[in-house]
Amino acid sequence: MFGKCVIGLAIAALAVAMLSTSAQAERGSDGHLKILYWQAVSTVNPYLSGGTKDIEAASLVLEPLARYDDSGTMVPALAADIPTVENGGVAADLMSITWPLRQDIVWSDGTPFTAADVVFSAEYCLNEEMGCNPLSSFTDVTGVEAVDDHTVRIHFGVAKPFPYGPFVGSNAPILQKAQFENCAGARAQTCTAQNFGPIGTGPFKVDEFRANDVVIFSANENYREPGKPAFATVTFKGGGDATSAARAVLSTGEFDYAWNLQIEPEVLEQMVANGQGTLVAGFGTMVERLVVNQTDNDPDLGKDKRSLYLGGTNPHRFLSDPAVRHALSLAIDRQILVDFGYGAAGQVTCNVLPAPPVYASAANDACMTQNIEEANRILDEAGWLPGDDGVREKDGVRLSILYQTSTNSVRQGTQALIKQMWGQIGVETELRNIDAAVFFGGDPASSDTYMKFYADIQMYTNNFDGVDPEAYMANWMCSEIPGPENQWLGGNIARACNAEYDALAAEIAVTASLEERAAIARRMNDIIVQNQYIIPLIWRAKISAHANTLKGVRMNPWDSELWNIADWHR
Amino acid sequence: MPATPSGSLTAPSRATGRHRSLWMDVWLAFRNHTGALAGAGVFIAIALAVAVGPLIHTVDPHYLDILAKNQGPSLKHPMGTDNLGRDTLAQVLAGGRISLAVGFTAMFIALVLGTLVGVLAGFFRGLDGLLMRLTDMFLALPLLPLLLVVIMLFRDSLRAAFGPETGIFLLVVFIIGITSWMQTARIVRGDVLALREREFVTAARSIGTRRRRIITRHILPNVLSPIMVSATLGIANAIITESALSFLGLGFPPDFPTWGRLLFDGANFISVTPARVLWPGLAISLTVLSVNYIGDGLRDALDPRLRGA
Amino acid sequence: MTHYIVRRLLFAVPTLIAISFILFALLDLAPNDPTGQLPLTIPAEAREQIRESLGLGQPFHIRYARWMEQFFVNEPLNLIEQAFGIEIGDSESRLRVRSWATRSPVVDLIIERLPQTLWVVGLSYLIGILIAVPIGIVSAYRQYSWFDQLGTFVSMIGFSVPTFFTGLLAIIVFSVALQWLPSIYDTTHRVTDLASFWLQIKQMAMPVMVLALFNAAQISRFMRAAVLDNLTQDYVRTARAKGLRERVVLFIHVLRNSLIPVVTLIALGIPTVFGGAIITEKIFRVNGIGELLITAIQGADIPLVQTLSFLFAVLIVLFNLIADVLYGVLDPRIRYG
Repeated sequence: MFGKCVIGLAIAALAVAMLSTSAQAERGSDGHLKILYWQAVSTVNPYLSGGTKDIEAASLVLEPLARYDDSGTMVPALAADIPTVENGGVAADLMSITWPLRQDIVWSDGTPFTAADVVFSAEYCLNEEMGCNPLSSFTDVTGVEAVDDHTVRIHFGVAKPFPYGPFVGSNAPILQKAQFENCAGARAQTCTAQNFGPIGTGPFKVDEFRANDVVIFSANENYREPGKPAFATVTFKGGGDATSAARAVLSTGEFDYAWNLQIEPEVLEQMVANGQGTLVAGFGTMVERLVVNQTDNDPDLGKDKRSLYLGGTNPHRFLSDPAVRHALSLAIDRQILVDFGYGAAGQVTCNVLPAPPVYASAANDACMTQNIEEANRILDEAGWLPGDDGVREKDGVRLSILYQTSTNSVRQGTQALIKQMWGQIGVETELRNIDAAVFFGGDPASSDTYMKFYADIQMYTNNFDGVDPEAYMANWMCSEIPGPENQWLGGNIARACNAEYDALAAEIAVTASLEERAAIARRMNDIIVQNQYIIPLIWRAKISAHANTLKGVRMNPWDSELWNIADWHR
Repeated sequence: MPATPSGSLTAPSRATGRHRSLWMDVWLAFRNHTGALAGAGVFIAIALAVAVGPLIHTVDPHYLDILAKNQGPSLKHPMGTDNLGRDTLAQVLAGGRISLAVGFTAMFIALVLGTLVGVLAGFFRGLDGLLMRLTDMFLALPLLPLLLVVIMLFRDSLRAAFGPETGIFLLVVFIIGITSWMQTARIVRGDVLALREREFVTAARSIGTRRRRIITRHILPNVLSPIMVSATLGIANAIITESALSFLGLGFPPDFPTWGRLLFDGANFISVTPARVLWPGLAISLTVLSVNYIGDGLRDALDPRLRGA
Repeated sequence: MTHYIVRRLLFAVPTLIAISFILFALLDLAPNDPTGQLPLTIPAEAREQIRESLGLGQPFHIRYARWMEQFFVNEPLNLIEQAFGIEIGDSESRLRVRSWATRSPVVDLIIERLPQTLWVVGLSYLIGILIAVPIGIVSAYRQYSWFDQLGTFVSMIGFSVPTFFTGLLAIIVFSVALQWLPSIYDTTHRVTDLASFWLQIKQMAMPVMVLALFNAAQISRFMRAAVLDNLTQDYVRTARAKGLRERVVLFIHVLRNSLIPVVTLIALGIPTVFGGAIITEKIFRVNGIGELLITAIQGADIPLVQTLSFLFAVLIVLFNLIADVLYGVLDPRIRYG
C-alpha cells in the first residue's frame, strides 16, 4: 500500500509539473458515493463513542498518527515515519516513544497541523470527567509533550514493549486543538457542533450531520494527496438491518457499499448471484467462543455465592471436571456451524487467539474434527454414565446445561445445532437468548449480563484492537475474575484461575522481542483452550459488500474498513 | 314497538312458557349463519390439525437434519425444511399449539380487563376519571423497557415455580394481556357513555332494576360488536406480539417454534424457501379470519332483532 | 362543557407528573445499559468512566429532579429564546436534556425527526381513515355481499400479517423485481420542483401503503361493527318510516351515531402517529421518531426515552380529552358528571 501511495504521489506530482489535467487525477471527478451502515452514526467524535459505526464514519475525517493496513502492518498517516527502537524513535528503556510528524499537513479549514494538536488530543482523552471511550489506548501514558512543532514524545509509566497504543488506529485519532479547546472534561458533552462536525485532516469533511440517521460528507479541498479523493460527496446512511442493507447493494443497486453483513450464507449467496456486487471479507481477531463457567451458578445459592469464584471454594457442579469440558468441545462439529451461519465470513478455529499469524498456535488443531465416540469414551471413563432418560449423571449430578447468548438469528441457530450435538453425548441443554443491550450491558443490578454469567455456558464474540495481544491475553488472569469486589468488571468471564497462566502474563509484559512475545502468547492461548475454559468455535471475518462499479475497496480487519477511502473510485 | 333492543325481548318468550332458553336461541341463529359455520369449521380444522397433526406427521420439530436444509416441499417434508434442516410442517403444527394457546388466553385476559374497565368507567361516573387516567398511564408506558423490567423481576421466580415452559407461558400471556386491554377499554367506555343515556336504560333504571342487572342485561349485549372486533384483532395481535417477545428473550426458548417466530425467522429466506413464510403466515391469517366470522355470527345471533327476523 | 374541560386539564397535571415519575422509575429499573452496545474491546474501567460522565453515579432522586428541571424549565426557556431571538438569564450554562448516545439536545433530535414521521406515518394514517370509513359503511350496509366479504378478507390479512412481512414483500416486488421504487428513504431529500416532488412521492409510496393497509384494516372493522349496530336501531326505522331518503338516513343518522368507537380509535391513534411506526420506519429506513425511540431504548438512552415517552403521554392525555369532548358533540345526551 505504501509503495502504491508513493507511486501515486509521484504520478500526481508529475501531472502537476506538466500542468496537465488528467481525468484520473482530478479530485471529486467520480461524483457521489453512497455508503450504508445498518447501525446509524450517533456522533463523529470517536472519543465519545466507541461504536464501530461511529469510529468508521469518523475515519473519513479524522486521522491518527499511524494506522494498520489490510495486512495488519503499521503505516504512517499523520506521522512521517514509524518510530522503532532501531531508528531511535522508541527509547531503549521502552519508557517513551517519539513520533516525527509530517510537515505538509493542513486541517480542512486551512490551518496547519502541529504537535500541539496531538498533545491536546491526549489531554482531552485523559481527562477523567469526559468518559473517554478509547481510554485503553492510553494505558500507562504519563505525559505527552511537544518536543517541537512537528515532534511529539509520549511517556509511559512502565516499560512498554509495544508502545503503539496512543494515536495508532482509527479509534483514537487527532482532534484539532483550536476547535475542541473549550470542550475538555465535562464540557465534552455540550459541544454538539464540534462533536457532529469535527475538523479533520482526512479525505472528507462533514457537510451535514443528522444524528442516528445520515451523514453527508464532501471532499476535503485541503487533503494532502492531490487528485484524491475521487468522490466529491459521500452519503453515509444508517439504520435498518443487515439483510436489507445487503439487498440495497447486491439486489437493488441503490447503494455502493454495505457494512457488516452477518447474514445466513444462503441468503447472501442468492443476492450475490445477481451480479451487481461483491463481498469482501477480512479475518482479524474475532472469535465466536463458548465460555465455560468454572464456578457454581445454581440459582439456589443466592447472590452472595452464585457464579462467584470465592477463592476457588465454589467450583461448578460438573464443568469443573476437565473430562466434561473436553467432551463438550470434541462433540462439536465446527464446520457445520460455519456452513450454517457464516459461509465465507467464518473459519473453523481451535484458538482463542487466531491472528496475526505469528501468534496463532498450531497445537490445538485436533478439535477441528468432531469425534463423538471419543467424547463418549471420555465421559464413560470419567464415570459420567447415562441415566434413565439418556442424560449422563454421576453422584446425582446431571449433565444439564443452561446455555445463553445474545439475541441474533445466527446465534440462535448455532445454539440449536450445538444442543443437538451435545444430545449425542448424553448432555441435556436448555437454551436462553437475551437482548444484546442487556446481555452486554454492564448494569450491576441485572442478572442477565455476560459478566454475571448466571448460566453454565455462554457464547459471544470477542477480539482486540490492533495487532498486539498482550492486553487481551491479560484478561484471563486470576485477578481479573469478576465479582462484587470489582463490580463485575474483570475480563476473566470463565472464572478460571491458572498459576502458570498468570506467570506467563507477567512475563509477556516485560518481553520486548516479537518472537519471544509470540511464543508466550501462543502458550497462553494453549492453556486456555486445552483446558477448555473457553471453547473457540469460529474465527469470524468482517464482511461487507460493494457494488461492482466501486473500485479500490480493500477490506481491513485491523482498522477502520474505510481506511483507504481516499483511493476508492469508479 | 319494543323499547329495549335486547334482553327484554327474551323475557316475554320465557313468560309464555316456551322452554327455549336464550342460549338455545343463539345457537339456532348461529347455526343458520353460513359465514359463522364456515369460520367455525376452519377453526376446528386448524385446532384439530394442531392437536392431532403431530401424531400423524411424526417428525420431531426440534430435529436438525443439516444435510437436508432449505429443501422445497417433498413427500418427506410436505412444507420443506428451514436452514437448519428442521421440518417446516412439524414446526407449524408444534408452533400452532403455543400460538393458539397464547393468542386465545392473552386475548381473553385483555378482553376481560378492557371490558371491565370500559363498562365500569362508562357506567359509574365516580370511577370514570380514575380508571381513564389509569388507562392513559398504561397507554403511555413504553412497552420494551416494561418488558425488560418484567423479565428481570419475574422470569426466574416463575421458572422456579412452574418450570421453564409453563412459567414462560404464564408470563407471556400475562404480559400481552396486561399491555393490550387499553384500546378495548376506551372503545367500550365510549359506547357505554352513550348507552347509559338511552331510553331503555333510563326505563330499566326507573323501574328499579339493579345496576348489576342493567349492566349484564342491557349494556353488555349492546357493546358486544366492538368487543367481538377487539377479540378478532386481539388474537392476531397476541400471536404477533409473542414473536416479538421471544425476540427480546422474554418468550419461549429460541428453539421453540411458534407461528409468529416462524414468520419472523423465515422472512429473510423469502426468496430462498418461500414455504417457510407462506404456511405460518397463512395459518395466522386463517385463524384470525375464522375467528372473525365466528365473532360475526355470534354477534348477529345475540342481536334479538336480527334473530327474530 | 367548558367547566368539564378546565377540570380535566387541571387534573391532567398531577396525572402527567405521576406518569413521568413512573416512566423514570421504570427506565431506571430496566436492566439495559448505555454501554451495552459498545464493542467488548472497550475495557470495564473505561465503561465505568463513561457511565460516570453520563451522571449514572448520582442517586435516583437527583437524576429525576434534574430531568424535571431540564425538561420543564430549561427546555421551554430555550424554545422561547429561539422563537423570539432573545436571551433570558444565563442561557450558556443552562443544562438541556441531552441524549446519551449522541450527546446532543433531545429536543433538537425530535425536531429533526418530526417531518419524515409526520409525512409518512401521518399520511398513511390519513389514507387509512379515508379508506376505512367508506369501506366500513358499505360493508355494513351491504352485509355479506361480495364487497363485504372481500373487505373482510383483505382487512383480516392486513391485520394478521405484520408490517415487517408486508414491508419486506413490498420491497421485493417493487424495489428488487420491478425496480420502480427506492427501498431506502432519503431524509435529506428536499422538494424543490416537480421532479423532486415525484421522487418524494416514490420514496413515500411503500411505507405509506404498508402502514395504511394496517391502519385501514383495523378502523374499517370497528366502523363496520358500529354501523351494523345502528342500522337495526329503532330510530333508523322511525326515520325510514317518516319517508326520509335512504342517503340521509345513512349519512346523517347512522353515521353520526356510529362514529363514537371510530373517534375513540382515531384519538388513540394520533399520538401513535407522532410516535412513529417503529417497524415500518426501520424497514424503509425512514429514520423518524419511531426509529429514534427504538434505537434509544435499545441503547438505554434514558434521557431520550424518558422525554419521548413523556411527550407521548402528554399527547395521549390530550387526545383522549378531545375524544371525550367529541363524544358530547356526536351524542348530546352524553354528559359528564
